[in-house]
Amino acid sequence: MQFEASSLIPVLPEIFILSVACFVLVVDLFMEDRQRIISYFLTQAGLLVAVLVTLGVSQPEAQVVFDGSYVRDGMSDALKIGIYLISFVAFLYAKDYLRERDLFKGEYFVLGLFAVLGMMVMVSAYSFLTAYLGLELLSLSLYAMVAFDRDSKAGSEAAMKYFVLGAIASGMLLYGISMIYGATGSIEFEKVAAALTGTGMENKVLVFGLVFVVIGLAFKLGAVPFHMWMPDVYHGAPVTVTLFLGSAPKLAAFALAMRLLVDGLGPLHADWQGMLVVLAVLSMALGNVIAIAQTNIKRMLAYSTISHVGFILLGILAGTSEGYSASMFYTIVYAITSLGGFGIVILLSRQGFEAENLEDYKGLHERSPWFAAMMMLLMFSMAGVPPTVGFWAKLFVLDAVVSVDLVWVALVGVFFSIIGAFYYIRIVKLMYFDKPEAGELVTAGMDTRVVLSINGALMLVLGLFPAGLLALCARAIG
Amino acid sequence: MEKIYLAIAFTPLIGAIIAGFAGARIGRAGAHWVTSVGVGISALLSIYVLLGFISGDRQTFNGTVYHWMVSDGITFEVGFLVDTLTALMMSVVTFVSLCVHVYTIGYMSHDEENWPGGSLAGTNSYQRFFSYISLFTFSMLMLVMSNNFLQLFFGWEAVGLVSYLLIGFWSVRESAIFANLKAFLVNRVGDFGFLLGIAAVAMYFNSISYVDVFAKAPELADTQIQICGVSLSLMSVICILLFIGAMGKSAQVPLHVWLPDSMEGPTPISALIHAATMVTAGIFMVARMSPLYELSETALSFVLIIGATTAFFTGLIGIVQNDIKRVVAYSTLSQLGYMTVALGASAYAAGIFHLMTHAFFKALLFLAAGSVIIAMHHDQDIRNMGGLKKYMPITYWTSLIGTLALIGFPGMSGFFSKDSIIEAVHHSSIPGSGYAYLMVILGVFVTALYSFRMFFLVFHGKERMDEHTRHHLQESPRVVTVPLILLAIPSVFIGAMTVGGVVFGDWFQGVIYVAPQHDVVGELAKGYHGVLGFIMHGLFGLPTFLAAAGFGTAYYIYMKNPDIADRIKGSAALLHKLLDKKYFFDELYQFLFAGGSRGLGNALWKGGDRVLIDGMVVNGSARMVGVLAAFIRHLQTGYLYHYAFAMILGLLALLALFVI
Repeated sequence: MQFEASSLIPVLPEIFILSVACFVLVVDLFMEDRQRIISYFLTQAGLLVAVLVTLGVSQPEAQVVFDGSYVRDGMSDALKIGIYLISFVAFLYAKDYLRERDLFKGEYFVLGLFAVLGMMVMVSAYSFLTAYLGLELLSLSLYAMVAFDRDSKAGSEAAMKYFVLGAIASGMLLYGISMIYGATGSIEFEKVAAALTGTGMENKVLVFGLVFVVIGLAFKLGAVPFHMWMPDVYHGAPVTVTLFLGSAPKLAAFALAMRLLVDGLGPLHADWQGMLVVLAVLSMALGNVIAIAQTNIKRMLAYSTISHVGFILLGILAGTSEGYSASMFYTIVYAITSLGGFGIVILLSRQGFEAENLEDYKGLHERSPWFAAMMMLLMFSMAGVPPTVGFWAKLFVLDAVVSVDLVWVALVGVFFSIIGAFYYIRIVKLMYFDKPEAGELVTAGMDTRVVLSINGALMLVLGLFPAGLLALCARAIG
Repeated sequence: MEKIYLAIAFTPLIGAIIAGFAGARIGRAGAHWVTSVGVGISALLSIYVLLGFISGDRQTFNGTVYHWMVSDGITFEVGFLVDTLTALMMSVVTFVSLCVHVYTIGYMSHDEENWPGGSLAGTNSYQRFFSYISLFTFSMLMLVMSNNFLQLFFGWEAVGLVSYLLIGFWSVRESAIFANLKAFLVNRVGDFGFLLGIAAVAMYFNSISYVDVFAKAPELADTQIQICGVSLSLMSVICILLFIGAMGKSAQVPLHVWLPDSMEGPTPISALIHAATMVTAGIFMVARMSPLYELSETALSFVLIIGATTAFFTGLIGIVQNDIKRVVAYSTLSQLGYMTVALGASAYAAGIFHLMTHAFFKALLFLAAGSVIIAMHHDQDIRNMGGLKKYMPITYWTSLIGTLALIGFPGMSGFFSKDSIIEAVHHSSIPGSGYAYLMVILGVFVTALYSFRMFFLVFHGKERMDEHTRHHLQESPRVVTVPLILLAIPSVFIGAMTVGGVVFGDWFQGVIYVAPQHDVVGELAKGYHGVLGFIMHGLFGLPTFLAAAGFGTAYYIYMKNPDIADRIKGSAALLHKLLDKKYFFDELYQFLFAGGSRGLGNALWKGGDRVLIDGMVVNGSARMVGVLAAFIRHLQTGYLYHYAFAMILGLLALLALFVI
């Protein structure tokens, strides 16, 4: 392995985030509880500076470094910036909630930063090993974050389940990778792809390995039938962790799918397309149907995530660059939307009270007309009602599958999103047409209010002006 | 270049947003300042742009502001096309709007009296009103500045929406709600045609940008399309469909019924929206589409006949109305008919010219009527007025100017525009032009008759109001009279100043296209030798005599011999009833369309909706999904080993499906 200092430039953002994480870890040791806010500010500043660093090292053409195991390209830049910003907002929403519950610890931010680092490695992975490393770094941080409220039984139980099932999934992924290594003799995506184009597709070992790799991915994304962990984890974890878990890592999971399936196993498209069709259809069906029966909003949003994962898979399985960029658009939009949705949940939760049940949203309009309107926008966007951006996201992925003649899959998607619209609109109905049970007004810090308002308004703004984000996604996919 | 156009369109929007959303916070003064200043900036910039075109420094601008999306090869975008026609419209719209903004400060100053005490809808109604009229200005500017059909449609619907909101502004009044619903529904009929027209354009031209469409139009001039087995000319179909939209918006027979009812709205709105600007959108649209209309003589003929019918028959109704605003409303209908006739005769320039002069003098007449209404404590019945001249001198003189301009007194602005239209129709050879000429020439007499009837009944003769009202009669405050004076100036002079350039000159060169065989204005231009010549020629023309006859009749009946009016009413009872009931259009529509669709709706609701859809499809499927969901959720047991087992099952299933 050759080492050149210049090959470090493309990975500067990763080095920077690692340094920030270590710095916060050390600084936090020397602080008293009331100074903890410093760790928070350091973390947030680090994330913002990371945006600049990433922009600084950005270049039009892709760069592959470390002997073909790491890549920096348009997609990685765009997604990384997305990850920083979404994590930034996630921490911002979390701040007041954590303080009220005595969970405002430096570890939260250190773990968060390591998770961000893991996501960055996933986004830029160019060999199976790097991808796996990133995935594990992310997962380990998340396991710990889910159990962050150590006194909560539900939290510990969720973390335990997540950990065990995650380990099984990792095992399967590794097993699949080993099969592919056996068949192609390489773990670097470029070489694997080259080897695959050479050999035929009838190699059973390859398809065997592919099944395991797809399962590993499906687990990370939360596609049916590898979704069982999601409702329990979303429900059990502190809502700030659920918020984090449900937003930024989706971008990383999308990137992982793109790297593994498209960059690495692209020549096997015909095989994995079929698998993704099965997963996507099941996810859209099961996610939307079960969400209807939920009374807990966190669980409901978990099932809603599962159905959205189905849509994200639709774009990928189309196998065209339009499909990939549609999928990327969908993922980004979904991450922003779920950020806002959970943001509202956090906003309504007070000391000793979690606004987890649907009843808690009754009459929100009378308590806070502004945030009820924001929530309505977010819900409409999730349901895909124009003119919110969720409509475009759905339209583009459906367009992508229709253009590869999988019309029936698109029809299934439309059918289940109609069913799904019910439980989103039910929230709107509860907020506007029912009488409130709790009378008090909604209070929150200025930063949360402003960012949450932007978050909600973004649904409408992006819905009216989708061209910019769409062009960004198209350019990132290249 | 582009910045100035953006500023013109969006300053009123910003004002509307601030006054609308922060109305409670900035208060009344804040709201009228922010919107008036916004529209004022817009008006100044528009006039600057217009001056640029007059001096020849400014070139036609056609550019994209925001690229929205491309779907199926058709580009959807927000864009501006600013040429001489647009610049003219922009200046008229923003100038009248500015006058109306200022006037509204006075007119609405006691608006809280119009609402029942404690009414939620009445809170901040003043600010809301300003927000609406500013929003209207924005919408109208988007409409006239558009460079594509999509944005045209956006503006078209947006002005319709604001019109709806403002007609029903006093939403606690039954009649206002009825009127705004009526306006909305009748406009739906027109808009449906309009939308079909746009769809036909998109389908056959594969573009919705004006420039592309106009460039491609000659190629498709002879295309025939099949509709239900009948072969029709594509251009005729497109033009007539688009014109149906114009008939709704510009209130042409038989879609005119909403305009008189729209007078339920506050008077400034009647002046701004239902006289000067919005209702002329249809005229503007047809003029803008002249390259299409010129390709279809059938469509022109259709336009001509509809316009002529509107011009004469709605004018007749004006003679028997007793509500001051309704008289002016019917006069508006009749004048819109004149503009439409001009379009049908291919005299687009004359139509737009009349649009401009009419905007000034009709806004003036409406605002003057509003001033009278303020003085009369919101009594609008002209039978209760009379002799107001001595109490309200400014309103009197400005009204006189407006009335003279309206009837086409030689030298006033309306004279030039109306005479050009009549002459153009006279020269036209499009089928139906004979009928149209007869209608417009008789219309001159009718116009003079109803205008002066109202004028005499309001300002002269016996004072018929009750003692209390008489005691409080006084001239309106300065915010009301200044706009009247501001509008009176162009009502007198704008015609003489611009007729040479706009109608007979080359102002619309390259903007409005007229086929050589239809070029009646070109014919007239050969005989045009300056303003004085035009006046001299008009002075001894038939229209002037007819107008004088109308004036004389009105004077005789309403000033000299008031009993005669009642006697005529008695001897021609049937005719009077026909006019009073407005040819029974309302009754017919109520019975046929409103009643019919309600009946149909009821039948479908009972049979189709409740039994079939609600009972079986909706509730049935919802129940099924609910049951399914309740069942499947039990799969989520919470046990770790169940979850792991599900994963293994999934693995096996995938392996079985794809490997074996």
